[in-house]
Amino acid sequence: MDILQTIKLAFRGIIDNKMRSFLTMLGIIIGVTSVIALVSIGQGTTAKVTEQIQSMGSNLLTVNIMGRGATTTLSYDQAMEFMNSSYISGVAPVISDSVTVEHGNVNEEDITLQGVNEYLLSVRNYSVDNGRFFTAQEIQSRKRVAVLGSEIASKLFGFVDPVGQTVKIKGYNFEVIGVMKSSSSMMGSTDEQVFIPITLAERILQSRGVRMIYIQASDKDAVSSAKTEISAKLDKIFRVKSEDDNFSYRIFDQSEMLETINETSKTLTMMLGGIAAISLIVGGIGIMNIMLVSVTERTREIGIRKALGARKIDILNQFLIESLVLSGIGGIIGVIFGYVTSWGLGKFMSMSTKTTLPVVIIAFSFSIFVGVFFGIYPANKAGNLKPIDALRYE
Amino acid sequence: MVINLENVYKIYEMGDAEVHALDDVTLKIEEGEFVAIVGPSGSGKSTLMNILGCLDTPTSGKYEFEGRDVSRLNDNELAAIRNRRIGFVFQNFNLLPKLTALENVELPLMYAGKSTSFRRNRAKEVLEAVGLGQRLHHKPKELSGGQQQRVAIARALSADPSIILGDEPTGNLDTKSGREIMEILKALNKNGKTIILITHDLNIAKQAQRNVHIQDGRIVKDEKVVG
Repeated sequence: MDILQTIKLAFRGIIDNKMRSFLTMLGIIIGVTSVIALVSIGQGTTAKVTEQIQSMGSNLLTVNIMGRGATTTLSYDQAMEFMNSSYISGVAPVISDSVTVEHGNVNEEDITLQGVNEYLLSVRNYSVDNGRFFTAQEIQSRKRVAVLGSEIASKLFGFVDPVGQTVKIKGYNFEVIGVMKSSSSMMGSTDEQVFIPITLAERILQSRGVRMIYIQASDKDAVSSAKTEISAKLDKIFRVKSEDDNFSYRIFDQSEMLETINETSKTLTMMLGGIAAISLIVGGIGIMNIMLVSVTERTREIGIRKALGARKIDILNQFLIESLVLSGIGGIIGVIFGYVTSWGLGKFMSMSTKTTLPVVIIAFSFSIFVGVFFGIYPANKAGNLKPIDALRYE
Repeated sequence: MVINLENVYKIYEMGDAEVHALDDVTLKIEEGEFVAIVGPSGSGKSTLMNILGCLDTPTSGKYEFEGRDVSRLNDNELAAIRNRRIGFVFQNFNLLPKLTALENVELPLMYAGKSTSFRRNRAKEVLEAVGLGQRLHHKPKELSGGQQQRVAIARALSADPSIILGDEPTGNLDTKSGREIMEILKALNKNGKTIILITHDLNIAKQAQRNVHIQDGRIVKDEKVVG
């Protein structure tokens, strides 16, 4: 018997039982919608994080110094010796502490003070919005100048242009020479930070030496060579004998970080998708449940059809197609809702979502698969009914 | 010979007891006969009808339908016989309530794998033949009992079977409609169809050419109707 006719019949059955059909499909609709929405969130987040890391420059190396014995830091001059390497184009050591920054009678507590040098801007891909950054001369001469993060600048000065004004930190007056462009990334934001020359920071914070150095390799291919040179030098300073023995420092590069984060977010996405897929399976059980009820309700119809010459396969197909049509329509509605939901989450909840075609196809195919899988048992039950038993059924 | 039953038994187990619904039944029906199988309820006539219609199989004995041994056929082959060789007319019509008259009549043709246009035309043809040309798109519940039974007869005829099996076809109808149905069946018999009716009503039975009386699963009398 022809499939088209069966599909037509299945549609008619669904329309005849609107409420029941809708409730049956609801499980599939919710399942497909949540698979698409959750995976979209996962993929959107992954894409955003990756983009942020890449925006920090793929040739950035981050060196953390833990030290060994009494030597727990590098001196600023030692750190700057890395500049001699031909693989390295910028070295930006950082000393930081939490301070209170004052201007007039406004003061802001718990502000991160960063002692930096002139290389920071290029090494970290930062930019200055208003005014300028430090010169090498100002770093060397320990000039009392400061660059403010955008948030702290507006908190202290409101609508007044901060450049040329004075701020007070730990009792010293600093002339503001610039305001950073607002930025936020994986590695934190500069918006709530205040920058001063590192040479001055060593004195004000009474902190000798640096624990954190940002190093820019001259290009992407120089990253591993730069890493080797830095290691060699630090090994000598901290007398590290082998890789396993190294508790004195850590060097991170971007690709490593990218890999770790990608791995993590992929796992997260899979997990979200998996949880949503469970609801699809629950939806499938709903379909099976209704199909079983339907087979019982229609036992007599099955008997009539068999008396008129329907074979087992005809009846089986009829019920299988019905459950397929149910799950298929549910799947299509779910795909539409999924798109709308992820679009809505992006638009109104400012979450980063990214709906890709493969996910939509997988979610839809899975709903079809669920329809077939959970439809087979009821359909088989219907097909196996003996015509005489089915006809006698009241 | 259309039907040849030899020493057929149908035995149901009811707990410890065995019920002989059919007890050593031997029956031959030739092509073109109009036979009424008569008996009170519980006599085994419905069981006989189910076996004749290939809806059920005997416990033992031989059943040849148009020369083929039914016990050797598989489910699909039995379905094909029901589909193409036998037309059923039931007491309670057994139409599918959600389908129109036309679609109900098309069903056997659909299972026979006929094309849509063929089905349409053939279904119209047989519905017109039973006088329902104006009711093609009505659902069963929009039709009277007599009209529903005529749809059922049209359905039984659609695949052009050689025999029509009627299980109390007039049982649920008023006298007038019942008479109309009998007239249609008689006309069909005149055109060469073999007709087998199951009934407990002697008035109906005497309109056939031959009456087979059954009681407690046995054939007690097999006589030609004179008249």
